[in-house]
Amino acid sequence: MTFVLFAEQLLNGLQFGIMLFLMAAGLTLIFGVMGLINLAHGSFYMIGAFAAAAVAGATGSFLLALVAALSAAAAAGALVELLVIRRLYGKDHLDQVLATFALILIFSEGTRWIYGSFPLFLNIPDYLSGPILLPGGIQYPLYRITLIAVGLLVALGLGLMIAKTRIGIQIRAGENDREMIAALGIDISKLYTLIFALGAALAGLAGALVGAIQSVQVGMGEPVLILAFVVIVIGGIGSIKGALIGSILVGLTDTLGGVFLPQLFKLFMEASVATSIGSSLASMAIYFLMGAVLVWRPTGLFGAR
Amino acid sequence: MVNERLFNLLILAILIGVPAWAYVSDEPFIITLMTRAVVFALAAVGLNIALGLGGLVSLGHAVFFGIGGYAMGILAFHAQTFTPVTEWPFVIEGTKSMPVIWLVAVVMSSLAALVIGMLSLRTAGVYFIMITLAFGQMFFFFTISWSTYGGEDGLSVYVRNGFPGLNTLDPIQYFGICLIILMTALTFNLFLAKSPFGLALNAARQTPQRVETVGLNSTRLKLVAFVISGAITGLAGALFADLNRFVSPTMFSWQLSGEIIIFVIIGGVGRLFGPVVGALVFVALEHLLGGLSDYWHIYLGFLLLGIVLFGKGGLIGMICGREKVDA
Repeated sequence: MTFVLFAEQLLNGLQFGIMLFLMAAGLTLIFGVMGLINLAHGSFYMIGAFAAAAVAGATGSFLLALVAALSAAAAAGALVELLVIRRLYGKDHLDQVLATFALILIFSEGTRWIYGSFPLFLNIPDYLSGPILLPGGIQYPLYRITLIAVGLLVALGLGLMIAKTRIGIQIRAGENDREMIAALGIDISKLYTLIFALGAALAGLAGALVGAIQSVQVGMGEPVLILAFVVIVIGGIGSIKGALIGSILVGLTDTLGGVFLPQLFKLFMEASVATSIGSSLASMAIYFLMGAVLVWRPTGLFGAR
Repeated sequence: MVNERLFNLLILAILIGVPAWAYVSDEPFIITLMTRAVVFALAAVGLNIALGLGGLVSLGHAVFFGIGGYAMGILAFHAQTFTPVTEWPFVIEGTKSMPVIWLVAVVMSSLAALVIGMLSLRTAGVYFIMITLAFGQMFFFFTISWSTYGGEDGLSVYVRNGFPGLNTLDPIQYFGICLIILMTALTFNLFLAKSPFGLALNAARQTPQRVETVGLNSTRLKLVAFVISGAITGLAGALFADLNRFVSPTMFSWQLSGEIIIFVIIGGVGRLFGPVVGALVFVALEHLLGGLSDYWHIYLGFLLLGIVLFGKGGLIGMICGREKVDA
């Protein structure tokens, strides 16, 4: 095992984790402020990716594609909040699960209706393709480095927004006492729509960014959604910091487990058996991590409740 | 408002009458469709015990359905290839006998429910939903990478397993087996709901504090309910696998977990016949709308949204009104 290979895998894990963060941050905000479990968050991821692929196909511009992804996902989020989600805040979690599950069915089949079942492709723009030489002689794709940078910038921006801005103060106040901030004259329903659209936009951005390294297809959002749930269980509901740490932990565990567990088993087993057992265990590694966190801290690493 | 007991009798009449008519007029496809509905209903009866009685929103019941399915798949696979399942510490042979397969399915899915329940009941509410969903995904990915038993492609079993004294390949006889098991589970559910355990569980769902005050352990009550629930859904999985003579990782998929919840909700949560009505309606929609359009899930989505937003208590709630569970 060389240092270069290890560093590459570390970066892969980091990139995967950062993209998970974009999903988990929206989910955890929506849960923290509105107390809503949103299964349809994966649909916004998919909508972002499809909007990006469609616009990139029509105009050839990757930046325009990203703008399209952000605005399409935010618009879909705002629309869904106004029409459906708004009616769910007072209801129990079962109703929220079912209604958002219904939204998944509608979005997924609707997309399949429009675009068909074949995957679309979104290309990495020329100025971001190719490798970059990092210190220590590591060749690493420039695009993936860009993803890490964009994700970290978004995390920083979110953190600043919540800590410093007026909207951020309202969000934190909404988490603690929604009657009180309504009594102080803040339009709480407008704030809810805004937060929901923001969460959807982040998911859409993640979908578009990842869509360029994977294929864009119906159903791409839900596996990521479930991983984001694992992240939130590990990090603690409602905590942006928990979402960031949880995402990176999950990203690293999944990527490094997939590479190194089979190698580890090869040390004392037949190669073919080791590969199959190692990869089976690697596919379960993040769930073991989740189980361990649950035993140790049932409300997650940074969860308050 | 229709009397719920009368409505349940009507459903029972449909369960017996439709296959009987199909048998007489030689429509084996209808019988298979009804068997599918009955097996789904059994899986949902299992979930209804956790969800309706215990208030546990499990989005991972496909785990138990899948374990039941793979119990059948693995045992039958070894029986048809004449290889033992394990050779150490003692030899376990495969089998083609349904009762043995059912027993293994029930035991294995109870064990899984025990472990998953112990971990996820450390939390409640929205955490519980996310964790059960995540464990479902864990089994899904595990079976995909488990190449010994077909991995992503799944396992085919060429001949349906046998039941002493019956020809299980005859659709109507296999339907009979499934219906009798469903009826047994419903009877069990009825007695469970009225037993001291069921009453305590019901109370633990509504006000856990009170139950704790009188000295009962509400978490343990819920855990037992979760295990019973998993066992019944696991049995349904074994029957489903035998119906299709095929198991694959899709039996573990999160969509299936969602569908099992949908059966319960369409029919009515906590109602004895809720899961049966839900499964019948679902299979009917799947057949009728599926014939009209490939995208029939979109209509299912709108129907579900309507039921959640506007209809309280599912179909039974709309037809029979808000009654206490009593059949």
